[in-house]
Amino acid sequence: MRALVYLLTFAAVIGLGFWAYKENYATQQALKDVSRLNSEIADLREALSIQRAEWAYLNRPDRLRELSTINFDRLRLLPMEPEQFGLASEVAYPAPVVSLPDVNAPVDISGEQEQNP
Amino acid sequence: MTRTPLRPLARILSARAAGENPDSIERENLRARHEVMREKSRKRSEGRLLILGLSFFMAFTVVGARMGLLAASEPMEPRSAAPGAAILAQRADITDRNGRVMATNLVTHALYAQPKDMVDPERVARELAVIFPDLKEEDLHRRLTDGRSFLWIKKKLSPEQMQKVHEIGDPGLLFGPREMRLYPNGRLAAHVLGGASFGTEGVNSAEVIGTAGLEKFLDDRLRDPAQTAEPLQLSLDLTLQSAVTEVLDTGMKMMNAKGAAAVLMDVRTGEILSLVSLPDFDPNDRPNPLVKGDPGDSPLFNRAVQGVYELGSTFKIFAVAQALELGLVKPDTLVDANAPMVWGKFRIKEFRNHNYGPYLSVADVIAKSSNVGTAHVALMVGGLKQQAFLKTLGFFEPTPIEMVEAKSSRPLVQKNWSDIVTITVSYGHGLSASPMHLAAAYSAIANGGVAVPPTLLRRKTVPEGTRVMSERVARQAVDMLAGVVEHGTASYAKLEGYAIAGKTGTADKPKPTGGYYKDKVINTFASMFPADNPRYVLIVTLDEPVDTSGSEPRRTAGYTAVPVAAEVVRRVAPLLGIRPKIELPPANALTAVVHN
Repeated sequence: MRALVYLLTFAAVIGLGFWAYKENYATQQALKDVSRLNSEIADLREALSIQRAEWAYLNRPDRLRELSTINFDRLRLLPMEPEQFGLASEVAYPAPVVSLPDVNAPVDISGEQEQNP
Repeated sequence: MTRTPLRPLARILSARAAGENPDSIERENLRARHEVMREKSRKRSEGRLLILGLSFFMAFTVVGARMGLLAASEPMEPRSAAPGAAILAQRADITDRNGRVMATNLVTHALYAQPKDMVDPERVARELAVIFPDLKEEDLHRRLTDGRSFLWIKKKLSPEQMQKVHEIGDPGLLFGPREMRLYPNGRLAAHVLGGASFGTEGVNSAEVIGTAGLEKFLDDRLRDPAQTAEPLQLSLDLTLQSAVTEVLDTGMKMMNAKGAAAVLMDVRTGEILSLVSLPDFDPNDRPNPLVKGDPGDSPLFNRAVQGVYELGSTFKIFAVAQALELGLVKPDTLVDANAPMVWGKFRIKEFRNHNYGPYLSVADVIAKSSNVGTAHVALMVGGLKQQAFLKTLGFFEPTPIEMVEAKSSRPLVQKNWSDIVTITVSYGHGLSASPMHLAAAYSAIANGGVAVPPTLLRRKTVPEGTRVMSERVARQAVDMLAGVVEHGTASYAKLEGYAIAGKTGTADKPKPTGGYYKDKVINTFASMFPADNPRYVLIVTLDEPVDTSGSEPRRTAGYTAVPVAAEVVRRVAPLLGIRPKIELPPANALTAVVHN
């Protein structure tokens, strides 16, 4: 009985040792992953901030104004002016639908229709 | 183990036979037994003590060794608890009121050299001089070979330059990571932002500190590690700022002025929507301050905030508003306006020696901009009360806006406030203030008599302002200012759609040697719109303008600052979402737009 207890205890110690060994390496691997992810996040943040700066640079009002001047032919953009304000009453209702004659019906091209006296 | 009995029968019997006391045998045996027991327990105790001592020794050894290790090793952050954020951005971004970026950080590199590791200093100097044209080859060669072990070569590199330096391939050339401040909008709002440069520099990083403007004033907020992730939101609107800058720049050139400034302010909240000073500069490449001459001529000089000028007739409304407030006059009260007015040894004249007199109504004093009429109104009020009123409007203190330049621009006020000072200040001479001061004071009138302190930061809650005049008086003052545009000196500000109220001001420039220039003026137009319910105040100031479109050069504000301000309003009001009041014929079948 006692021998069995000893054996089991010994086996437990060996097992725990093995488990601890594995956990240790798993933790180290996890930490490595974390630091790799952190540096990746840092890189992405850096890229994001550069892109944000570039977005702001490309959308600076001076440049947009120049671009709209260069492309005036196509865009016809002008600075906003008081005359561009309108009233709701100025907006027309949709035009009434005009009913077209039935184009499939046969039409006389020549001759006169017989008229009843 | 055999146990010796305490009273062995054989010995007892023989002792009894010999007539001895058998108890002594028992005592003797007991003693021997105790001796053995004592010996045993002593050994056990000694063993325990040894183990205890050993374990204490080991425990202290472990503690000591750990302490020694901790003290001797480099400190390291616990890796598992490493924060994900706060890796970048040691300085918070600055955005406009709509979140458009005005200042941000960019990662770049600095170039330094360790000449001890350098293989061929001569070639390095030659190639560096090719990459950086501002560096001289001989200079570099001397610095690389004079025995020093470390030197900075460039503080900021572009990626292309960095690649070229890489291609030199010398082990003595090294890069240090840097964060630099970038202003993507270039010159726009340069004076507000100011600029930034490096503080303490190390190989691995460098401090970025504000050198002027808002960047310097709010340096602590921008560098606070707890708030770097949150951008600082300004009250400025980039679109408005750009439109105002464009119009003002054109106006400045058309009016042949050497400088110009404009302030656009929301009167309800005190937020400054646009602040322009021309000529301006690029904060990404901030020029050096002038070493000689007038610092006011430098593009770094902020005319809207730093420049204190005699703002001329724009001050007249304050004297009149105060007289209305005190119940001394009504808008239609007639006051003496007979020019020239003689006060002691001084003669108060009107512009071009006009005489608007003998009597003018108070409303016409403002519309025609009569110096003499205003002087009489101011004398009714009295110097002490005038001072107190101007103080409540903020003309005796620097403006509270968030720029370092604002703190240093204290208005120039006469120490001895005699009657002649009362007279001259009433029409804007003898007291110098910045256009920003004027904007704050006009905002109080436009906001129904409540002064809200101006700010450059976006306000979430509006602070309770101080009432400086009654709502009725403020309304009367606005009506008088509307009269100036309607039939007074600012008729060029009559716009289709938007009613403006405002006052012109033309002040002669003081000579540095004393006295005034004959042909150098500062023209100001202080205005508010829409006139029936003012929401915004716009101040436009032109430095030494002259309108040469007529037969003779004209230098009054009505011909220079007013048309520029009117154009600003025409451009800016639609952007602010103000609906123009245009009389439109009722829509009918002909005028209605039909979309097919």
